[in-house]
Amino acid sequence: MKLRGRVWKFGKNIDTDAIIPARYLNTSDPNELARHCMEDADPEFPNKVKPGDIIVADSNFGCGSSREHAPIAIKAAGVSCVIAPSFARIFYRNAFNMGLPIFECDKAPELIEEGHEVEVDADTGQIVNLTTGKTMKAQPIPPFMQELIRDGGLISHIMKKMES
Amino acid sequence: MSRPMTIAEKILADHAGLESVEPGQLIEVDVDIALGNDITAPIAIDIFKKAGVKNVFDRTKIALVADHFTPNKDIKSAEQVRLLREFAEDQAIVHYYEGGDVGVEHCLLPEKGIVLPGDVVIGADSHTCTYGALGAFATGVGSTDLAAAMITGKTWFKVPESLKIIYNGELQTWVSGKDLILYTIGDIGVDGALYMAMEFTGPVIDSLPMADRMTMSNMAIEAGGKAGLINPDEKTKEYVDPRASRPYKFFVSDEDAQYARVIEYDCSKIEPQIAFPHLPENTVGISEVGTVELNQVVIGSCTNGRIEDLEVAADILKGKKVAKGLRLIILPATPKIWSDALERGFLKIFSDAGAIIGPPTCGPCLGGHMGILAKGERALSTTNRNFVGRMGHPESEVYLASPAIAAASAVLGRIASPSEL
Repeated sequence: MKLRGRVWKFGKNIDTDAIIPARYLNTSDPNELARHCMEDADPEFPNKVKPGDIIVADSNFGCGSSREHAPIAIKAAGVSCVIAPSFARIFYRNAFNMGLPIFECDKAPELIEEGHEVEVDADTGQIVNLTTGKTMKAQPIPPFMQELIRDGGLISHIMKKMES
Repeated sequence: MSRPMTIAEKILADHAGLESVEPGQLIEVDVDIALGNDITAPIAIDIFKKAGVKNVFDRTKIALVADHFTPNKDIKSAEQVRLLREFAEDQAIVHYYEGGDVGVEHCLLPEKGIVLPGDVVIGADSHTCTYGALGAFATGVGSTDLAAAMITGKTWFKVPESLKIIYNGELQTWVSGKDLILYTIGDIGVDGALYMAMEFTGPVIDSLPMADRMTMSNMAIEAGGKAGLINPDEKTKEYVDPRASRPYKFFVSDEDAQYARVIEYDCSKIEPQIAFPHLPENTVGISEVGTVELNQVVIGSCTNGRIEDLEVAADILKGKKVAKGLRLIILPATPKIWSDALERGFLKIFSDAGAIIGPPTCGPCLGGHMGILAKGERALSTTNRNFVGRMGHPESEVYLASPAIAAASAVLGRIASPSEL
């Protein structure tokens, strides 16, 4: 699977309150959450983001709360994937569990700028910056996470296991 | 013979039915308690229902605590609690708390003996790591993981590496567990323990009361930690024994256990710490703060809303007045703490000082309600996060500190030490 889109760039330690402020957590409706996605990091983001766009951030993306509303908001806003050198562990787990592709890549913040067009090969982890022609490689997705993705997320995975 | 292990590894091995585990290993473990709240459980319940499962794996091992927006701040949050209540009734969930029974989850569950030493606890709340102070392996997960555990009673973990932090020396006046953990996060950074189990040890930890230990474990997540463990001892036993209604087990790190990193601090050199906006790692000692005027002070939360925290605040506020124009909001974290604070006269002291005494709730900590900041306003809080917009307007500011600093600052109207009073 290949993901292609325009890049929105963010810095280090983007926390879950920036991704979806707690004042909107009185709902879990994906579309409502999407309307406030990344609002406290960039108030214009919900209006600017287009389906397929890619978020590139620096290290420790998604730190803070365990709220699954964060990856839900990003996915519902149409973002196709997030690329960062590292993710906070609960966000990492949540993203795989609910089906938001994320890629760990040290070089991404250095080689990708806002507005660049980027293509990610989800199977190989190859990332191509189509604007500059530069390529980089994401960390391979661990086998267990690949199994989760193949089964369609954590719940389908455990239901399949329970049946067998 | 099994390899020497840390407390985290021992608990995980025990719950995976293995003789030993090592960092990096992927394991499936039995869960003793799975926790959700009024924000995270509705998603888990929805997933549970969609999966078509009839019953939870064990109605005694699930805790649902409607604490974040309690008392329900608006129609939407009331609807979320209604969903929890109906699910809890339908499934006959034993540990369901709302309304007058509810307290801030990470104060309530240890207080009621629901989480115990040696447990594996997962909670759809990042501060679930608090129970590491009891010697449990406790960590935050998302709603999907909670739903999976409600169905199967199990969860998967990658065994984390451990980071050992040894606290030596003597605690200085007005220095508490909160200052130690803020100092630690300031030193290693907000991702300094990413994916790791932190282990707090040393003579200072040995002498630290349980309330301070829970404050420290509570903030392990603010350094990116998966858990924040303290080896259980006599103090743990004294705390747990009157509360536990099921057997529990102490696991203690082997002396020759392997750590990814070992850090030592001389606590004699640590002064009260303040975390400046907008990350918990932006810490400075109180002597370097300068003049920072405040609009609001909050004392409460899963970090510092326990009776010991209120006692410190009451000692400082006794006979004093809150600075003119400043709002001091005090939220005892559970109904029992509220009642104890009333009985011990703390609430009278707070009221006489001009404080606003609220109900047990997470409330302002996450910008929910009961103390929201306007644009440009500045608060000092005993809570755990000072991210942009955490307590209200994206252009407001939150400073983190201990209850002692909070109480003194409320009197002087600026960030201050009790030694200035």
